[in-house]
Amino acid sequence: MKRIRWIFVCGATVITAFTLTVGIRPILALRPAENPAGGASVKIDNFSFGPADVKIPVGTTVTWTNRDDVPHVVASDAKLFKSKPLDTDDHFSFTFTKSGTYVYYCAIHPKMTAKVVVQ
Amino acid sequence: MTDFIRDNINKDGIDRRGFLQCMAWAGTGVLYTLHGGILKSLPLMQGAANSEHMAKMKGADFSFIQISDSHIGFSKEANPDVTATLQIAVDRINSAAAPPDFLLHTGDISQLSKPSEFDTAEQVLKGAKAGKIFYVPGEHDVLTDDGQQYLDRFGKGTKGKGWYSFDHKGAHFIGLVNVVDLKAGGLGSLGSDQLKWLQDDVKQLKSSTPVIVFAHIPLWAVYPEWGWGTDDSEQALGYLKRFGSVSVLNGHIHQIMQKVEGNVTFHTALSTAFPQPAPGTAPSPGPMKVPADQLRNVLGISHVNFVQGQHSLAIVDSPLAQS
Repeated sequence: MKRIRWIFVCGATVITAFTLTVGIRPILALRPAENPAGGASVKIDNFSFGPADVKIPVGTTVTWTNRDDVPHVVASDAKLFKSKPLDTDDHFSFTFTKSGTYVYYCAIHPKMTAKVVVQ
Repeated sequence: MTDFIRDNINKDGIDRRGFLQCMAWAGTGVLYTLHGGILKSLPLMQGAANSEHMAKMKGADFSFIQISDSHIGFSKEANPDVTATLQIAVDRINSAAAPPDFLLHTGDISQLSKPSEFDTAEQVLKGAKAGKIFYVPGEHDVLTDDGQQYLDRFGKGTKGKGWYSFDHKGAHFIGLVNVVDLKAGGLGSLGSDQLKWLQDDVKQLKSSTPVIVFAHIPLWAVYPEWGWGTDDSEQALGYLKRFGSVSVLNGHIHQIMQKVEGNVTFHTALSTAFPQPAPGTAPSPGPMKVPADQLRNVLGISHVNFVQGQHSLAIVDSPLAQS
């Protein structure tokens, strides 16, 4: 029988204690929303897009801001847009000129997905 | 065991001493030795203890060192000076009683794929007394120009996006790339071109050949919720099933984890830059903040051996500060 064994090197308790002792990174308080020219804004925080589901009228500009300590890349699943690497506090904007549902993700952390619905 | 918990104030199974010893993992590398086809590893540490561990490794066919996740260019609170900690790792390498045959860097050399970051990394790593450094890219190394800069600097002579293999003293090493062309909602990805190459690459090898695979993102499902896995790794490992000894070395998650499955031993290395939380213990896998003096100055050792056998698998989890 195939057995799978996991080993956490200091032992699970130690790792848990380690995490508790040094403290996990606190969730950053959101800064005031930045909505240039009445557009919509999406924050990237803790490896997720928020809000994950944005509904906007045609012609709206969406601005993404990275609040994480690691870079992210905002990329459309349909290759409609792709940001440069966004370091902490960097922005990326895209104006949606046609109605539809636009799924996007982080090109380097692809588990991060979200969408913009343009009506 | 020579270690025991003396002051378990918080009833959490660890005292200050144990905690600090854990912290000594940061900023080091991992030494691997091959004994008759069996790969063993132990993190590098300082001073006399290092010599003792080096002595233990006598009789090995050869040794090499894995370092990972240098993130040169990162300057946030978790480690404002990642160049210094990479330098410490290089110093550890250079303090080894016998120099390793070569180094493996399992990616995230840089933070933002900037030329200046790569320059710094190359300069520091140049000081390592090792025959050669073999690289695979992390996602941070291919952020711009489709990874061309990485290939020009670190991937000369490789195939595709930077994959390759080489033989060393009877063992077959395979460097894989699983950080490009990632799909929305997915994990790391090898892609069909690379898988086909891998299948061809190992075709001529005898099943008794020890195979060592290295790639940035783990080739096993460490924690898919955080993207810590590779979508098509099973297919890749399928090509390696007939081999009696397969070792898979990864980085990306900035902590040591091991798993043994069949004839395959999986191991992830520490970062030289900053730690990341254990799976699921934080809202996200972002850098874990640790007091700088603890990160850089605490001495101690962690001793991890993993042994891969032909049939009954032996895993020896050695406690810290074991002599």
